[in-house]
Amino acid sequence: MTNAAADTTPAIEAFNLTKVYGSGNTEVVAMKDVSLTVARGEVVALLGPSGAGKSTLLTAIGLINPPTAGRIVIGGQPVMEADHALVDLRAFRRQHLGFIFQKSNLIPFLSAVENVQVALEINDVLPRPARSRAMELLDYLGVADRANNLPDALSGGQQQRVAVARALANEPSLILADEPTAALDSERGRQVMELFRKVAHERGAAVMVVTHDHRSLDVFDRHFEMEDGRLKNGTERNIEQ
Amino acid sequence: MNLATKDIRHNFGRFALTTVGIGLLLMIVMGMGGIYRGLIREATLLVEKIGADLWLVQGSTRGPFAEISRVPANLEDRARAVPGVAGARRFVSHTIQREHRGRPLRMVVQGLSWPEDRGAWIPLVAGRPLRQAHFETIADRSLGLPLGEKLKLGKDVYEVVGLTKGMVGSGGDGLCFFTVSDAVSIQFDVPGEGVRLERQARRARAEGQDIGRLQPLLLERAAGPASGIPALAPPQVSAVMVTLQPGADAAQVAATFATWPDIKVYSTQQQINLLLAGMVDKARRQLGLFRVLLIIISTIIMALIIYTLTLDKIHDIAMLKLMGARNGIIVGLILQQALLIGALGYGLAYWLGTFAFPKFPRLVVIETPDLLSLAAIVLGISVLSSLLGIWKAMSVEPNKVLS
Ligand SMILES: Nc1ncnc2c1ncn2[C@@H]1O[C@H](COP(=O)(O)OP(=O)(O)OP(=O)(O)O)[C@@H](O)[C@H]1O
Ligand SMILES: [Mg+2]
Repeated sequence: MTNAAADTTPAIEAFNLTKVYGSGNTEVVAMKDVSLTVARGEVVALLGPSGAGKSTLLTAIGLINPPTAGRIVIGGQPVMEADHALVDLRAFRRQHLGFIFQKSNLIPFLSAVENVQVALEINDVLPRPARSRAMELLDYLGVADRANNLPDALSGGQQQRVAVARALANEPSLILADEPTAALDSERGRQVMELFRKVAHERGAAVMVVTHDHRSLDVFDRHFEMEDGRLKNGTERNIEQ
Repeated sequence: MNLATKDIRHNFGRFALTTVGIGLLLMIVMGMGGIYRGLIREATLLVEKIGADLWLVQGSTRGPFAEISRVPANLEDRARAVPGVAGARRFVSHTIQREHRGRPLRMVVQGLSWPEDRGAWIPLVAGRPLRQAHFETIADRSLGLPLGEKLKLGKDVYEVVGLTKGMVGSGGDGLCFFTVSDAVSIQFDVPGEGVRLERQARRARAEGQDIGRLQPLLLERAAGPASGIPALAPPQVSAVMVTLQPGADAAQVAATFATWPDIKVYSTQQQINLLLAGMVDKARRQLGLFRVLLIIISTIIMALIIYTLTLDKIHDIAMLKLMGARNGIIVGLILQQALLIGALGYGLAYWLGTFAFPKFPRLVVIETPDLLSLAAIVLGISVLSSLLGIWKAMSVEPNKVLS
């Protein structure tokens, strides 16, 4: 689909990211001096205890939670310098990023297929091709038979798969997932993780997943561990011996 | 894909209820405008239809509609002598409230100068104009009197021979046309005891003056009808209506009348202006004030509803922003819903009005310019009311999805 994997420019480069919430008495340093690099086609896990700063790091890279200091480069393009945007963040997210969260966050008044379709239409795909592309994706994720159901009528796992389809819709170069399998049973959870791996390897997208599920760690190419806002293992430790 | 309609389909009940509420409010706004137009039409109907070019009224008054005017009936003859005048008629008009078949009957008694005016100009829906000098009447349908109905007013009984539709006085009461002499006798009907007392008073007055003592025959006269006493003034009428000869210069004729010190002359247009500036003006301002208030209330209600509809979707809006949706998509979602509520409410108001307005006790006139201006106002309040929701949607951060 894309030869991005052959490109040696890293998908993510983060330099000395720091995030401070609040000020004075209520000041919380959620992330301190975090630097990391993720290559294209790579699937990485972000681990660590609750409150370690995983979500803070993920949303900073996702351009929805600007860091207090540091620099973010995505696909070779500098996008954030501290809390200062270097590109149109919304347009950048639309074209390059895909998000999945613990909750599926599907739009409740749109059917499964429309939830995927809307992501495509936001990115200026015309309704007809958007519709057929959305159907293809649902098919790919095994929920095509529920395409016309509202999210309420879907099981948690089905909802999450629709959310994954939506995140994949615009063929993002970077997929960010925050505890995507927390609401799923372990088998379904594993299926989703394997799907990320498949997408990363087939399409050359980089995938970064925050997870507490240590049973599916073998799916990842690498993992990062955070504690008290710092990256414990610096850059890399291949867990796929 | 249109997000606004998808959301509406999902929240149909609430949306429908809102639209009905706004529709009812707009119907009242529309109706108030219609009542105002109706007031104007009813107020000016008679002046416009009766076909007079000039009105001669009591000097220094603004009668006969805006205030009481009294002129002697023979002013008619003086007016006919003026060059350029084709004809002059007496205008007799007064409102009475009587009882008929056990129910109050309120009507405007309108005199026609028999024999030249038999009411041929009156648009009839049934029956015929007057054919005799007495005891016949043409009534408006709103009075509920059928053709052939016998109506006792004063000492006499009148028969309804013709029916009109929508002929009402400036107060909204139905018109009843009689000959002038009938109209006057209805107005000045005095019970027998009153007549006896009046004759006694005349006699006492005559006896108290030297002429009564010198001419005892005068005391006999006091017992006769008022018209037999030359010392008494001729009957009074409200005004005299003048019609001009074709091609006559109205300004010239009016200027002639203007030199008569005992009367005042008005053109038909001046009469209409007097009516509108006086009687209708306060009602107009009152209705206008209500309309403004209702429009403000509609805007506030719509703004609150659009705002809560937006609040309900705020998480989805944050998600759309997170996915990179442009502001246009989000503004469109809110604005389209507001416009749809406005448009459907307006349509509903119009549709309900076609049933409700004809049942109003007073005339409601819905005119196209009023409909268009209300449509523009509804467009305005739809946009205005969506601003609060749009502001809320614009200020939400995409990472709100995470909370
Ligand atoms: N909006 C915020 N305002 C203030 N403090 C915050 C905010 N968001 C996070 N924090 C704090 O920053 C620290 C890191 O939070 P973060 O959500 O990144 O942790 P996490 O590793 O994702 O934890 P979990 O596994 O529980 O999701 C925590 O101490 C948290 O209380
Ligand atoms: Mg977290």
